[in-house]
Amino acid sequence: MQLALFVIVAILTLGGAIGVVATRNVVHAALFLLLSLLGAAGVYLLLFAEFLALVQVLIYGGAVIIVVLFAVMLTRSSEYPRITDNNQWPLALITAAVLSAILGAAFWLSPDLATQPQAPAFTGLAASLFTKWALPFEIASLVLLVALIGAIIIARAQSSTTQDTTGTEQEG
Amino acid sequence: MVPLLYFQLLGAALFGIGLYGVLARRSAVLIVLSIELMLNAVNINLIAAASYLNGIGRFEAFDGQIIAIFVITVAAAEVGLAFAIILRMYRNRGTVNVDEINLLKW
Repeated sequence: MQLALFVIVAILTLGGAIGVVATRNVVHAALFLLLSLLGAAGVYLLLFAEFLALVQVLIYGGAVIIVVLFAVMLTRSSEYPRITDNNQWPLALITAAVLSAILGAAFWLSPDLATQPQAPAFTGLAASLFTKWALPFEIASLVLLVALIGAIIIARAQSSTTQDTTGTEQEG
Repeated sequence: MVPLLYFQLLGAALFGIGLYGVLARRSAVLIVLSIELMLNAVNINLIAAASYLNGIGRFEAFDGQIIAIFVITVAAAEVGLAFAIILRMYRNRGTVNVDEINLLKW
């Protein structure tokens, strides 16, 4: 039963991922990514990580995909009828296949320590996050703040303080 | 019962697909999407290890899940910044293809 569920979510995840790297349409790629991320949320559910599955659906399925679609819209990437890969794709295919094979072999050959998957008490996550991991947690919030401010400064239109002198500016 | 190895192999395959996307795509938007795939592969491995190796060695109950939360946080920040840069690039150069952004290339 669990194996059947695993096969289903694995096919969703890998199929979505292959769709992302194989499709010729940017919008389709974003929607394939959504499929893959929801498949990953299913994997988390199989691993008894309900909170992570919820976070995955909310942050990736909601926020990240919306940001991606906005970027596609604002850069008019969807107007290119057929996006192309660069001409080093056979090399990329070999590299990716070799890396996957090495990682898989490493996992295959490593000693099997695993016990049964456990579903520890859910409150332990918060207790651990706010005691043992409190400092990284605060730093993560600082990272988000810096990224937010940086993204606003980089992406907004010309202001009086950041004059662009390259002359290649294309408005709109 | 699904063995831990299956989850790890799923993560390895997903990481390989993401790496292929990063190396082979021309559009910066698609490269960022492929990076998201790679981050998800890492998350699958972390959470699988957290679930199966709970209490073995120095491994504590929720460490893997909490590191996965941090990975998701950094991924969200990365997506925001990356698309700000891509928007800027599009406004300045009129393209998002990374092989046409070659001003610094000698």
